[in-house]
Amino acid sequence: MPQAQVRMNVRKVGEKAAIIDIEGELTAFAEGVLMDAYNQASEGGAGVFILNFEGLEYMNSSGIGLLVTLLIRINREKQKLLTYGLSDHYRNIFQITRLDDAISIYNTEEDAVQAASVL
Amino acid sequence: MTEQPPQPGGKREEERRPRDADFWAKRVERLEVSDVPTGAINLNVQGRHEVGALQGFGPLWQKTYWVPLTGVGVTPTEVVRVWKEHFPEFHPPQNRFYPSLAGVQPGEVLLINASMRGMPVYTGVRVIYADEESFTVMTAEGLPEAGWNTFSAYTDDDGHTVAQVQSLARANDPIYEIGFRIVGSTEQERIWTHVLKSLAAHFGVNEPVRLEKACVDPKVQWSQAKNVWYNASIRSVFYTMAVPLRRIGVLIRRRNS
Repeated sequence: MPQAQVRMNVRKVGEKAAIIDIEGELTAFAEGVLMDAYNQASEGGAGVFILNFEGLEYMNSSGIGLLVTLLIRINREKQKLLTYGLSDHYRNIFQITRLDDAISIYNTEEDAVQAASVL
Repeated sequence: MTEQPPQPGGKREEERRPRDADFWAKRVERLEVSDVPTGAINLNVQGRHEVGALQGFGPLWQKTYWVPLTGVGVTPTEVVRVWKEHFPEFHPPQNRFYPSLAGVQPGEVLLINASMRGMPVYTGVRVIYADEESFTVMTAEGLPEAGWNTFSAYTDDDGHTVAQVQSLARANDPIYEIGFRIVGSTEQERIWTHVLKSLAAHFGVNEPVRLEKACVDPKVQWSQAKNVWYNASIRSVFYTMAVPLRRIGVLIRRRNS
């Protein structure tokens, strides 16, 4: 089985938010890494999760499926999911797949963190 | 959802064009059918929005069907190339797909003329992603499901090429949800099993198709019950019932001209 070509780093921001920095490729093989990052952030007490896509290099349709299942899981726990750092190309993909109907998109980390603070 | 407009400049975009840039479709506000293949009925597609797994009504299911292509030395790339080329031929006769002239390419619409237990369903999907080893279609408003189907091939740990169909979708509206609970999901599973069996047979393989399914979200999205307005099955029935009236109209117009 090919290795996941992705690294994710979890950073706590304030009392209730965590940023997950995504570096590399978001494909089906990234599922374990993404869920581990989510669990790590969640166990750290986060209720708002901010995905940083500045380091995203590649995403296929399975990557979109991963984001959907992550969103479902977050919603089930009554938590929130925000994003920032999407390039024009990946923002376009969020629009095509209508993920932007359900996931808020911000331009910068500061904007996302500020939005998280009032949730 | 909140969306801040992108900041001007686009310097990052120029510096690094993503490797997946050519694999994704362009964004469209509404679906457009540029050429209707011979024999296809173009209904419930033109002007419709696409709907994903977040826009449907019923519980969200992920269903993965796969068949190992054992005993043949065919690569995942070759499998998907053949799959794209012969896509309609691998479907059961009651589930006809009509690709456009361009075929299975990002952005292309595939018309569907199907029959579910004798009821016509004329609708379509759009190819939103296609690379050498997979392609994904997204559903139009009114189709029985809202979501994505991904057709792919990969090499497993034993070195075999495996062909797979993965669906991440919800029933589009309450009527379809009832239909799926009574008979629809079994019917759907038969269709994708047939597709994979046919694909495998193309390569001379006769292996059982396996299915793994998981309910990703058991919640019903009541706010999407309004999707019933676009129910393609109901609209297709009305269209079919009106065929005699349209023929009379054509005769009258010919007589008058």
